[in-house]
Amino acid sequence: MISQVFILSSKGDHLIYKDFRGEARSDAVSVFYEKVTALTGDQPPVVMTHQDLHFVHVRQGGLYWVATAAADSSPFTLIEFLNRLTALIKDYCGSLSEKSVRMNFALIYELLDEAVDYGYIQTTSSDVLKNFIQTEAVSSRPFSLFDLSNVGLFGAETQQSKVAPSSAAARPILSGREQGGKSEIFVDVIERMSVVIGSNGVLMKADIEGEIRVKCYMSSCSEMRIGLNEEFSIGKSQLRGYGAAVRVDECSFHQAVRLDEFDNHRILRLCPSQGEQTVMQYQLSDDLPSAPPFRLFPTIERDFGGRLLMYLKLRCDLPPKSAAINVSVTIPVPKGSLSMSQELSSPDQSAELKPQSKAVVWQIARFPGGTQLSALFKLEVPGLSSASMLEVGPVGLSFELPKFTASGLQIRFLRLSPVQPGPAQRWVRYVTHSDSYCIRV
Amino acid sequence: MPYLGSEDTVRELRRALSNPNVQSDHLRYRNTILKVIRAMSQGVDVSGLFSEMVKACATVDVVQKKLVYVFLCSYASLNPELSLLVINTLRKDCQDPNPMVRSLALRNMTNLRLPSLVEYVEQPLTAGLRDRAACVRRVAVLGWAKLHNLQPNSDIDAAVVNELYSLLRDPDPVVMVNCLRALEEILKEEGGVAINKPIAHHLLNRLKECDVWGQCEALKVLQRYRPQSEDELFDILSLLDPSLLSPHPPVMAATVSLFLSLCSGLPAVSLSALERVRGPLLAACGSASREMRFAALCHIQLLLRSLPGLMGAHYKRFFCGYAEPAYIKQRKMQVLVELVNDDNVALVLDELKGYCTDVNTDTAQAAISAIGRIGRSYSDRCLEILTGLLGLKQEHITSAVVQTVRDLVWVCPQCSDAVCLALEGCEETLQDSQGRQALLWLLGVYGERVSSAPYVLEVFIDGVRSEVSLGVKTELLTATMRLFLCRPAETQDMLGRLLHYCIEEETDMCVRDQALLYYRLLHCGIEETRKVLQGRRSDPSLGVLIGRPAEPVSQWARSFNTLEPLRQDAAETDSASGGSAEPVTSDPKPNTDLSDTLNPSQVEMVHTEGASLCPESSADFLASAAGVPLSLSLSPALSPEEFERLWLRRQGLHAERGGEEKEEEEDCVCVEERVHCPAPPRCSPQSLQAALQLVNIQALAFTPPHTLPWRVYLYTHTTHTHSHANAPRTTLILGELLYTGEAKESKGRVKKEADDGEDAGEGAMEGKEEEKEGEEVTDDRLSERETEGGEREEEEVKVTLKQQPRDEEALKAFLSILATVLQTLSSERA
Repeated sequence: MISQVFILSSKGDHLIYKDFRGEARSDAVSVFYEKVTALTGDQPPVVMTHQDLHFVHVRQGGLYWVATAAADSSPFTLIEFLNRLTALIKDYCGSLSEKSVRMNFALIYELLDEAVDYGYIQTTSSDVLKNFIQTEAVSSRPFSLFDLSNVGLFGAETQQSKVAPSSAAARPILSGREQGGKSEIFVDVIERMSVVIGSNGVLMKADIEGEIRVKCYMSSCSEMRIGLNEEFSIGKSQLRGYGAAVRVDECSFHQAVRLDEFDNHRILRLCPSQGEQTVMQYQLSDDLPSAPPFRLFPTIERDFGGRLLMYLKLRCDLPPKSAAINVSVTIPVPKGSLSMSQELSSPDQSAELKPQSKAVVWQIARFPGGTQLSALFKLEVPGLSSASMLEVGPVGLSFELPKFTASGLQIRFLRLSPVQPGPAQRWVRYVTHSDSYCIRV
Repeated sequence: MPYLGSEDTVRELRRALSNPNVQSDHLRYRNTILKVIRAMSQGVDVSGLFSEMVKACATVDVVQKKLVYVFLCSYASLNPELSLLVINTLRKDCQDPNPMVRSLALRNMTNLRLPSLVEYVEQPLTAGLRDRAACVRRVAVLGWAKLHNLQPNSDIDAAVVNELYSLLRDPDPVVMVNCLRALEEILKEEGGVAINKPIAHHLLNRLKECDVWGQCEALKVLQRYRPQSEDELFDILSLLDPSLLSPHPPVMAATVSLFLSLCSGLPAVSLSALERVRGPLLAACGSASREMRFAALCHIQLLLRSLPGLMGAHYKRFFCGYAEPAYIKQRKMQVLVELVNDDNVALVLDELKGYCTDVNTDTAQAAISAIGRIGRSYSDRCLEILTGLLGLKQEHITSAVVQTVRDLVWVCPQCSDAVCLALEGCEETLQDSQGRQALLWLLGVYGERVSSAPYVLEVFIDGVRSEVSLGVKTELLTATMRLFLCRPAETQDMLGRLLHYCIEEETDMCVRDQALLYYRLLHCGIEETRKVLQGRRSDPSLGVLIGRPAEPVSQWARSFNTLEPLRQDAAETDSASGGSAEPVTSDPKPNTDLSDTLNPSQVEMVHTEGASLCPESSADFLASAAGVPLSLSLSPALSPEEFERLWLRRQGLHAERGGEEKEEEEDCVCVEERVHCPAPPRCSPQSLQAALQLVNIQALAFTPPHTLPWRVYLYTHTTHTHSHANAPRTTLILGELLYTGEAKESKGRVKKEADDGEDAGEGAMEGKEEEKEGEEVTDDRLSERETEGGEREEEEVKVTLKQQPRDEEALKAFLSILATVLQTLSSERA
């Protein structure tokens, strides 16, 4: 049972405030913001309590999404609801930002009104809600030259004909109804990787959390069939086919997915509802089909002048056709570091010493597979001692691997039935993100 | 927050709203209303526009209607009279052919929250319950709940309640779930909706039709259902099994709660359900939403309390991602500490070491104290890491390390040498009062082994005038006193200065009183002082828990799937509960320091007194024990903290009572006994635990085998029927087994005769066992025996028991049970 829901900007502006039960105090918003600002860190705990008020919040799109509830409410339900609410608003408004929430506040009030009654969640399915929602979304995307240039999917490739622009999926779901917009369907295979590599280069931990997300902009679509790799297997015992098996440890499906063809042909059947939904989730631990995408060879030493020398060689072990983009390497350095000089192997990289987070951040816009980059950082650290070397590392990498799945999962085909009358466009996109990629030095 | 010039905004909006040109233009009118709502949600007080907005309500434009209702529902309570005007429009809308309009009107009618309007609302609500459209019925059902809460004292309308019960069979699943919710609210005083067998089965069968939220609600209500037979129970459980593995964490959590409440009498079933839920919980731990990860982590911590081995193989899942927020990292470390074993300790420590230099100081300090916790079992490796960190010379790290090390040497005194070496030079980097207090404590206790101790203290004493922290001052006093006892020549002068300052110039009463106390103590002579300051403290071995007993699930089942485990303070108690029961460790607050320093004297007194309080010989006890019907039980369970509190309270009581005889106490009794049994110090904790649990005695803490002195702390509840009173009496018994291993040369022989006599009195069986044990000799004992010249050494375990309320017969019976267990154990080893 939810007592109030409100949305706050990161600066504490009230964007949305809805009191469902009229029981809690009306100053809850300011109480919440006071609690947030009273904390030192920038990450307030998920659950906060003030007298008899219990706040549960999630942070998305730079906003605080807060619900107040009784102490015995289920945290899973509240968090899932708030996450679902953000997803709904993203579906309806196109994107999730302070601006889009401000512009569409009437729509959001309407959504909240239909989704929750008297603090009880009625429905969050966009299929049901679309019958009730009357307000039109105001698109918050400003006109920009950037949209005109044919930037490829993740800003990486420029095969215009084959690849949908990355902003294609960031539009309101209902706008198609009146404008006769394209009927499109996006199937995204998104994987998050968390890896720990020991200082000796041994892979210590590797987890992949993956999901298949369907984003549907079609007004009518009776059934969709998604074919996965034939060799796809679940669990350790099962092995299929003779090729390289694509294996996951655990796998769960959306309740709307029918699995009658899954056992034999690895086909998922479902009737997608408008908007975004996660069709399948899977996990894989420790046993990756391929080598981890990055390896680091660091040499870290002190020179006689009390400077810290870090010579880093970073190797990308992806297949030569793929590339990693937006690679950012974060190297924690001793607290006393004052300044840094750098030598990078190519001009499209950059590096910076971030004083407040005590780290050197090395940015690589594009990093093709099978290549190697190196960088030399010289840090001025007064009072450098041998113990200070403990402060260097572990190195964290964040990156995006477009058109690549670490588990090897692929979508063989995507069929819609009945065959769409108009020009229906189907997009399949793959991406692997780094959840946490740590290399110890 | 109120914006500047809000009055202007309101005036402007009013002008626009009442402008006929705007009113006639449909779009402009809607836009103006939008502006009002925007101002409202930004916190501007627009209640003055109420009458204009009421007029705007009468429109065919549904969007405009919705907007106006948002406004009206927020301000209706301020304008009850004007709200009457709206009711007419709303009632008319309830007749609208469009179900959407009908449900909208009905919902907002009940959302106005005006008790005065109830009479107008009841009729449309009744009609709404029978509406053709499900969306209207949904709203109408909840409307009754709102209505009831508006007039909490009014009588419950039985007709409505019956209607709602019958709507549980509604074809629309949301209507069904809403009925449950409404009945829960309306019948709150009667304990909520009545869940009988048909309703429960109906809900279970329709669970599949509901969405995630409906399922959670139904599962929650079902928690109150008690199946009538075991068969029914297992049918329900197997029906729910798929939900246990649901990919939606809310459903999974609600199902677990239901399992726990259904199986409260079948601990084995609930444990296996928890094992099954491991996969989904771990998946939630890796969810994309950080908040969901956090919730799952907190619940895993709960599960680990009962199933410490649950996540053993998955410890890598609890390694922190470098971009994760601090609150997740700290929880993950707490979980990691629980999962450490011989195989993974190196990896885990390696991982934790990486977090010690985290940018976030809280995370860094949490990592350091996590290493300290692991250090209780793996002290060498951890000390190496901790002392390495001191080299960083960073304020927050050094402070955390010194505090951790203080807690560690308390539990593992064998680490003190390494700690003493590492302490040199720390004082330069320490800034915060907590860290300095810890350093002072260490210098006081291990002063004779830290060569620079007096000089460090001198610096502190020279700066005492500018010291602001009271905790540091009191700790400084104690540390200087302690150091004076072991290194008088170097310390005498500065102690004099410190006492002079504290007595003459200090303004704080606590510090001054403590200084005066020490001053007077010194007048009593050095021996007296030594007795007070270096007396025995509470027992560090209490903290070494091998195989901490798994809590029963019922201990935390209630808080599962509530906000409780996610709270900040819950985390702290959690981390403490696994720790030692020693107050300094679990609760290092500055204000405990005083009591801490005064404690030793109490403890000392208790011990001297305790020795004299050994009134009856065991023979009496054991002889008279036979034949008393006594049953032992473990429930209610006692937490280690609770145990220690009770144990120490008893001691405190004795100390206060001073010379009084303990027999005069009415509600509790304390006895000491000696039981022969040479084996326990050598048998494994597991077998001892198992043996004790067979007879329903719970051991809470033990020292590792082969260490001396060897101790076990245990408790049980006794129930027995008195021969002369019919009501069964229950008592709580706390016990300590102590084996010092010191051959009591002086008493030995005298004792031996007495013991033999006892054996004879006790019965031939036990006597035989004793003999057997005597003959069976392990290698080390053999050598022992040889050094003693072949004389048979009597080994005894000293048993100290505390009972509440007092019941001599039960105590005797318990003692005989305990003795039997211990002797059986020895004979099994033999």
